[in-house]
Amino acid sequence: MSDNGPSPAERAPACRPEPLDGLAAGGSKPPSRPLPSPQGAEAINAPASPRELFVVFNRLSLQGFGGVLPIAQHHLVEREGWLTRAQFVELLSIGQVLPGPNVVNMALMLGDRHFGWRGALAALAGILLVPMLVVLTLAALYARYSGVPAVAGALRGMGAVSAGLVLATAVKLAPTLKTNPLGRAVCAAVALAVFGAIGLLHWPLVWIVLGLGSASVGYAWWRLGR
Amino acid sequence: MSHAILGWHDLFGLFAQFLVLSLLAVGGAIATAPDMHRYVVVEHGWLSDAQFTSSVAIAQAAPGPNLLFVAVIGWNVAGFAGVTATMLGILIPSTTLAIAATRWGSQRRESRFVRAFTSGMAPVTLGLLLATGYVLTEPSRTSLGAMGLVVVTVLVIARTRLSPMWLVALGALVGALGWT
Repeated sequence: MSDNGPSPAERAPACRPEPLDGLAAGGSKPPSRPLPSPQGAEAINAPASPRELFVVFNRLSLQGFGGVLPIAQHHLVEREGWLTRAQFVELLSIGQVLPGPNVVNMALMLGDRHFGWRGALAALAGILLVPMLVVLTLAALYARYSGVPAVAGALRGMGAVSAGLVLATAVKLAPTLKTNPLGRAVCAAVALAVFGAIGLLHWPLVWIVLGLGSASVGYAWWRLGR
Repeated sequence: MSHAILGWHDLFGLFAQFLVLSLLAVGGAIATAPDMHRYVVVEHGWLSDAQFTSSVAIAQAAPGPNLLFVAVIGWNVAGFAGVTATMLGILIPSTTLAIAATRWGSQRRESRFVRAFTSGMAPVTLGLLLATGYVLTEPSRTSLGAMGLVVVTVLVIARTRLSPMWLVALGALVGALGWT
């Protein structure tokens, strides 16, 4: 398990605007076609039904302690192959600027692209329904056990791991910037500026996204037009 | 747990409040927590400060999106009726908007604007991920054991495809033994 190379999704046939069904769909899952990506590589797999969307999003949500994003990357990119890393970053970028939690927005967008409203609702129900029952049960139990030192310690340990998971997800997704039209140096500068403003200076998110985000999008617009 | 008894009028007010907050929740529902606090604790007194804080903490520790703290707040305010009011309120506007936006965008995915938007936002997204991870390490920075867990997690996850579940279990074990 020490493979640090491209994910299976990224080994898919590259640079084709429309996916070829026979090549791209993984075996017995033809109904929904993998998503093409503007950056070339295509996803190797696609959800077969709204039910499968529900099952996969339910599973990843129940495994997502202290945030669902790292586990969503693991399942959607590495296990299911429904998205390439670049597509994952793309959906996350859109989910980020829309109101609502980015992972929930990702689930809605992925579901909608494959099965319309039914897919969006299946993915949404998957990510929310069972985890909500779990959280409410825990809320009822918490009042009774929050004083036990081992419970408090376990929560601290899980908190440390969830911080590490988010950092590792950023490290894993960073190579997707190599093909970005902004160029590597500008990408690195923008990412570091956002990190400094939010992580170190605690400036309000809205202004960073509006300010640095629109500057970055403006520069990309100019680069793409040349 | 005892819930305040809310009439239809109060429940509708709660629903309407979360409906508005949904559209302001850029960067996740947690960004609107201060305003939820103002509404349910300060203005209406439905929850105490401690109840509000533990509602958020439980949802952070539990599996699932952090958004579920909204369900815990609804539950603590008014049981199932409260959950229904807060969750439907926070979900309906942002859900509708996300689907409308993705349909608009995928019809124009090769257009210069959509390509400029997704490629321009990609480094911002990665910078935000780094910042979020860094902020989350805050409670761990005073403990050698906890920082060790952060470093091990980053190395293992960045270099392998091991499921994050194993590291969460490791973290719970190390923490329960009192090493954090």
